[in-house]
Amino acid sequence: MIDFTTYVGPKLGGVVNKMLDDSPSRNLDIKMDTPFTRFLIFLMTGAAVVAVYRVLFGLKASTNMNDYWPWGLWISFDVLGGVAMAAGAFLIAGAVYILNLKKYKCIARASILNAFFGYLLAAISITLDIGRTAVIWHPLVMWQVNSIMFIVAVHLVLYLTTLATESSPMVFEKLGWVRPLRFLSRIMVGAVMFGVALSLLHQSSLGANYLIVPSKLSPLWYSKIMPYMFLVSAIMMGLSMVTFETILTGKVFNHKTPMDVLSGLSRGVLYTGCVYFVMKIWILVSGPGVGALFNNGFLGAMWMIEMAVGVVIPIIVLAKKANRENLDAIFAVSIMVIIGVLFNRLNVGIFAMSDFANRVGGDYIPSVMEFILTAGMIAFAILGFKVCAKYLDLFPSTHH
Amino acid sequence: MSISRRKFLKGVAAGSGLVLAAGVPSVEARMSKELPPEAVGLLYDATLCIGCKSCMVNCKTHNSVPGGALYKEGLVPSVADSLQCKFTEKKETMASPPYETEGVKGNDGIWDASQDLSGKTLSIIKAYRNGTAEKKDTAINGYAFVKQQCMHCITPACASVCPAGAFTKDPKNGVVYYEAYRCIGCRYCQIACPFNLPRYEWDALWPEVRKCQMCRHRIKEGKYSACAEFCPTGATIFGKVTDLREEAKKRFAMKPGTMYDFPIQTLDSKETNPQAVAAYADKVYGLTEAGGTQNIMLSGISFELLGLNKDIPNGALPDLTWAYIAKVPWVFLGVALGGTTLYAITHRKDKNGKEKGDIHD
Repeated sequence: MIDFTTYVGPKLGGVVNKMLDDSPSRNLDIKMDTPFTRFLIFLMTGAAVVAVYRVLFGLKASTNMNDYWPWGLWISFDVLGGVAMAAGAFLIAGAVYILNLKKYKCIARASILNAFFGYLLAAISITLDIGRTAVIWHPLVMWQVNSIMFIVAVHLVLYLTTLATESSPMVFEKLGWVRPLRFLSRIMVGAVMFGVALSLLHQSSLGANYLIVPSKLSPLWYSKIMPYMFLVSAIMMGLSMVTFETILTGKVFNHKTPMDVLSGLSRGVLYTGCVYFVMKIWILVSGPGVGALFNNGFLGAMWMIEMAVGVVIPIIVLAKKANRENLDAIFAVSIMVIIGVLFNRLNVGIFAMSDFANRVGGDYIPSVMEFILTAGMIAFAILGFKVCAKYLDLFPSTHH
Repeated sequence: MSISRRKFLKGVAAGSGLVLAAGVPSVEARMSKELPPEAVGLLYDATLCIGCKSCMVNCKTHNSVPGGALYKEGLVPSVADSLQCKFTEKKETMASPPYETEGVKGNDGIWDASQDLSGKTLSIIKAYRNGTAEKKDTAINGYAFVKQQCMHCITPACASVCPAGAFTKDPKNGVVYYEAYRCIGCRYCQIACPFNLPRYEWDALWPEVRKCQMCRHRIKEGKYSACAEFCPTGATIFGKVTDLREEAKKRFAMKPGTMYDFPIQTLDSKETNPQAVAAYADKVYGLTEAGGTQNIMLSGISFELLGLNKDIPNGALPDLTWAYIAKVPWVFLGVALGGTTLYAITHRKDKNGKEKGDIHD
């Protein structure tokens, strides 16, 4: 390994050396130079180019959004989806630090880090999506308490800080800085509680954003309980995301997670899935009626795909106890739930507006550049997680 | 963990007290649902409109002067304003109003040919056509005109959703105006507006949201909206909202065919356009839509045929989001108290145990 003390002085060099020491994860056997990593870097480079192009030449040159479709792929997928993916962190952190459920401790760090990247993805995308990127901080100094978007902005900043705080012990441990560690362990329970409150609000406020558009959003999705819908589906998604990533890292990183943790998580997915199913059906029956699924062929089909993939099939599979103890079944179901909930966010953000927008003459298909940026952001989250897994003690219980 | 349980509980109690004291948003934060005392507005009577587009032409020229809704000095001054969070007076005249010369065959940059409301067009006259298009203000085999522009809601959704407070409803005359220096460009206003009226400068590097601001800069000079001043038939007239509503209801109730002296430019004008009253359809538009608007409309055919959103609810839209926002402080309080209680219960057994300090090692 390169000794950095010879390049940047003993003090800074020592810190860099410690950071680049991958001994805590040596047993995980993570290789950095793989074709997959190169592919991720390729995607990220594409996204960086698009980001620069977007800032230099404006929204019309880079996206297909228009006056009838002012929010597109970046808001629906990166922001709504990225935040929903991050819901696992507050659940696991709450379970471990507040409810004292010790068995989930082995996945706490990984799920918090995963959430950190989910939120980072959302934050970067929204910064590029707004027309005046350089003044994204305006809401923080120009309070407007009537606006859900103001609440979203404040929560995004606070929760990113909270997630960074919750993740920072890993870094300090590595550097051997005792005093910050001691301070953090003192405030950790408070930080977790703050994070739980922020997450409950942030997940639901993304749904609450759409409360003000009863006349534009399709009644298949619009409802007064949209904030709760977003929250419950995010819990489902968050638990599935943690399951998915635990099994996946177990497969590729050479570490094992106890089965009872995974079956506990999938029980959580089953319960929230049932609640979500009832809410979805209630909205359908009390609002537009079951007939609406068939009156509007396209939107009805989208609704049914979302429900089948993300809710109904997962519930049916997980209802069997044997399946909740079968690694392959859990893995498949978690992927389905993730896709289903992401599909729901795309439906709310893009397709549910189509009836109104088409009627007044609007149309929207994301541009190539919009897709490239989104792909690059996903690559960034995966690679970021991988790098952290290599250099930080992400799965403490596997070798302690 | 080195913190004692009692110390921790004390901290939580102090924290939740703070949330209670500072967090509960005051009632004043809510948006008013009352019509401002000196509210002004426009009445557009489609049955008088002859489609000459004089309003559109004058809207564009009279708003491209300093203070107007289409005015922009340049990229550098507007970026500087945003970064410093303040508006600075600008005097330089624009080289030309923002004309849209594309999209029409044979128009090589000769005339302004707006196809729709846009970041460059604040008001537009559109035509409805059906079958042979013989008779005016008839749904079948007829034609009609419609004018689109900001309706100036009594409880504007755009103002309620803007995270930086870029939209304000003037407390006196009720004009909903936009301050570009605050805007971050999130376009939530476009999503929220039930009439889909705010438009965005998609092609600009430091884009603004554009919408009619009722010629606010002209009202300050003692004048009134350009579209009303330059309408030759009295299809668009300017006046106090309460009076305009009375006038609209009166016209709506009149027997078709009766002669009536329609005022031109303003409601109290001496100049009139004597016409036989047409058969009005549907309703007076703007009395109840989204909680009521300051601009109101009359038409000979239904407003849905004219392309207006038919699903707009009657209540004030910001109420829908306020119901959520009012609960926010209680979530913090609930999580703080509930979480602490749960923490105290679940950590009882660990009190003297070895496991207590192991969260982070």
